[in-house]
Amino acid sequence: MDPLSWAEIITRVLTQFLPVWVSIAIVFAVSITWKRKLGLYGKMFDSPIGMIGFALVLFWVFTGIFGAMDLIVTHDSLGQSAFMKNEVPGTPLRGGDESAYPYYLLGGDNLGRDVFSRMVDGAWVVVQIAPLATLFAFMVGITLGLPAGYFGGRLDTVLSFLANLILAFPVILLFYLLVTPEIVETGIPSYMATVLFVFPIVFLAVLLNSRYHTRPKLRTPLLVLVLGLTGWLYLSLISQAGTGVEVLPQALDLFDVPGGILVVFVAVVFVNSPTVFRIVRGLAMDIKTRDYVAAAQTRGEGRWYIMLWEILPNARGPLIVDFCLRIGYTTILLGTLGFFGLGLPPESPDWGTTINDGRRLLQIYLHPALVPAVALLSLVLGLNLLADGLREESLRD
Amino acid sequence: MGLFILRRVGIMLLTAVCLTFIVFFLTNLYPNLEKLSKSQGNFRMSDAEVETWLGNRGYTQPLLVKYGQWLGVMPGYVIEGSDGELRGRCFETGLPPEEAPTFCGVLQGNWGFSTVFQEPAGRIIGEALALTGKLMFWVMLLMVPTALLIGVLAGMREGSATDRSLSTVAIVTTATPEYVSGVILIAVFASSAVGLKWFKGTATQAMENATFENFFLPVLTIALYGMGYIARMTRASMAEVMTAQYIRTARLKGVSFPNIVVKHALRNALIAPFTVIMLQFPWLLNGVVIVETLFNYKGFGWTLVQAAGNNDIDLLLGVSVVSVFVVLVTQLISDIGYVYLNPRISVS
Repeated sequence: MDPLSWAEIITRVLTQFLPVWVSIAIVFAVSITWKRKLGLYGKMFDSPIGMIGFALVLFWVFTGIFGAMDLIVTHDSLGQSAFMKNEVPGTPLRGGDESAYPYYLLGGDNLGRDVFSRMVDGAWVVVQIAPLATLFAFMVGITLGLPAGYFGGRLDTVLSFLANLILAFPVILLFYLLVTPEIVETGIPSYMATVLFVFPIVFLAVLLNSRYHTRPKLRTPLLVLVLGLTGWLYLSLISQAGTGVEVLPQALDLFDVPGGILVVFVAVVFVNSPTVFRIVRGLAMDIKTRDYVAAAQTRGEGRWYIMLWEILPNARGPLIVDFCLRIGYTTILLGTLGFFGLGLPPESPDWGTTINDGRRLLQIYLHPALVPAVALLSLVLGLNLLADGLREESLRD
Repeated sequence: MGLFILRRVGIMLLTAVCLTFIVFFLTNLYPNLEKLSKSQGNFRMSDAEVETWLGNRGYTQPLLVKYGQWLGVMPGYVIEGSDGELRGRCFETGLPPEEAPTFCGVLQGNWGFSTVFQEPAGRIIGEALALTGKLMFWVMLLMVPTALLIGVLAGMREGSATDRSLSTVAIVTTATPEYVSGVILIAVFASSAVGLKWFKGTATQAMENATFENFFLPVLTIALYGMGYIARMTRASMAEVMTAQYIRTARLKGVSFPNIVVKHALRNALIAPFTVIMLQFPWLLNGVVIVETLFNYKGFGWTLVQAAGNNDIDLLLGVSVVSVFVVLVTQLISDIGYVYLNPRISVS
């Protein structure tokens, strides 16, 4: 078989992404039809910048999901082929069986793995970790930042000092100190996970209790249900054989987070939460002087009710915008970890690791490093554009 | 003002002590020490042998004591080892033990000994800092004026076509981390396969002899990431100033537009970017680590990776202390500079 020409490669890649195009089209069609009823999300469709950003983000989210469902990938992203080492994009497959996809669409890397499939699988790694890690960072930041801003005083001084302490660390140094095999052996990341992952539960408990504590009949079952579920998830998340934290017996352990993923997750949450803390604290200090907060205080509402149900909803605009930006930043951090070979397994298809693999031969073979680089760039760019569009639309009213 | 600076310096020193202690704790955890003893002694040592090896060299003392000795506020250990040899933290080869100083820590200028490079850590850090200083100088020279120019041009007429296109450029550069832009720049400008071959893809030669050809790509790679951020801040601040009353007054008086921008708006618009530029230093440090690894430029960031990757405890500690201090000092300068530049803030 002849190698494919560039036009054929592009056509074939675009066809391979067919389920993604269909899904994006459906999401856009539905959203634009009902955009007046969808609040801030709907308003984003008034801004072209926001729409371009949203499309880019959706593209990678769907690519990740469908890639994990085996709809897009053409080859096993870990499968090596001795004949396909460093082959240029569009090379026909040699030495594979008949049923396999006949081409390496975007070429092979230095071990003869398919660059295209690795890119698609790399999207799944990011889609799994980045939003969830950012969400956790926000839970930690909000749970600590609201009281710091609302009460002020000594609590604020201590928490701000701690946040500044973490912020004064250069991120890479922190990663090198936290995510090395020796440190993982001591169990410090697992203990940090134990502490950091409590915050979402505390957040949920306080959130529900402050709202419904006047109605014990509803509150008590609700709290028991929510805390039971999240508590179970929490315990299965942190308890892992051989890490120093083993609380749950194996039978009750719902899932095990593979390899270094938990450590990477903790490191990323840990790095992000102080910044979120500072933002939330600043917003809380600003909003607590408003009239509606004074009104709630006069009504005799509890402090946590005011913080979580008066201040927090009114701070949502800047927080949503920052959330988008921060997912992008988390993606960059994940790439950095991969680039330095920290945490994630060395054959992992995530973009940072792939860039690191590819850069050694960058002078001669471009495609193994260039493809994940462009992928990462477009996802982060999409998130930044989305944040920009959201900011513009939320400032409009 | 004096009291304000004094308080800030006090907080900074407290932060520095806390941070160095955390780094000291993390680098001196037992698995690290075990690895150190095995790589320095021999790889087949039993656990008990590791224990004596560490004990003879003062590693099994309590953490706080070790930290005090490293810092130089507690007298260095003198231990007669189980093998009968007298070892001390402050002993130098060729000098009798009686003449050794009592204190020898970072405060006395003793940064320890690098096990990877077989040289005093202080000297390695000094050389690496000089190289990185050269890199940073050119980065600043490229980044700051370009970013300010883009920001002012974009913010001068908010919503215009110039604003739209320049803002998009700024967003794209902030979305491109150094390891992505570096790869793309090398692919386009330095690759021997398809590229333009204008520049060199490695900066190893730039350490002795920096030329435009071998030094421009690393400088550009670091500068790009920070540039977009500073430009966006400048744009926001410029756009805000342009809506101020005194600008309107100047316009109504008939002052020409270039005059308004240069004489009335610029100075006020540059207060906010100043802080941002100073606070960029910690981020630039990240960029330095990535770019020096990517371009094989043996500066401070490269040293950090080598020290951390090879469990070189003394060197890693030294590198961490220096980087933490760089961050804290720039924070201090930016705080003081902000108060100094902005007449609306008073500290008393």
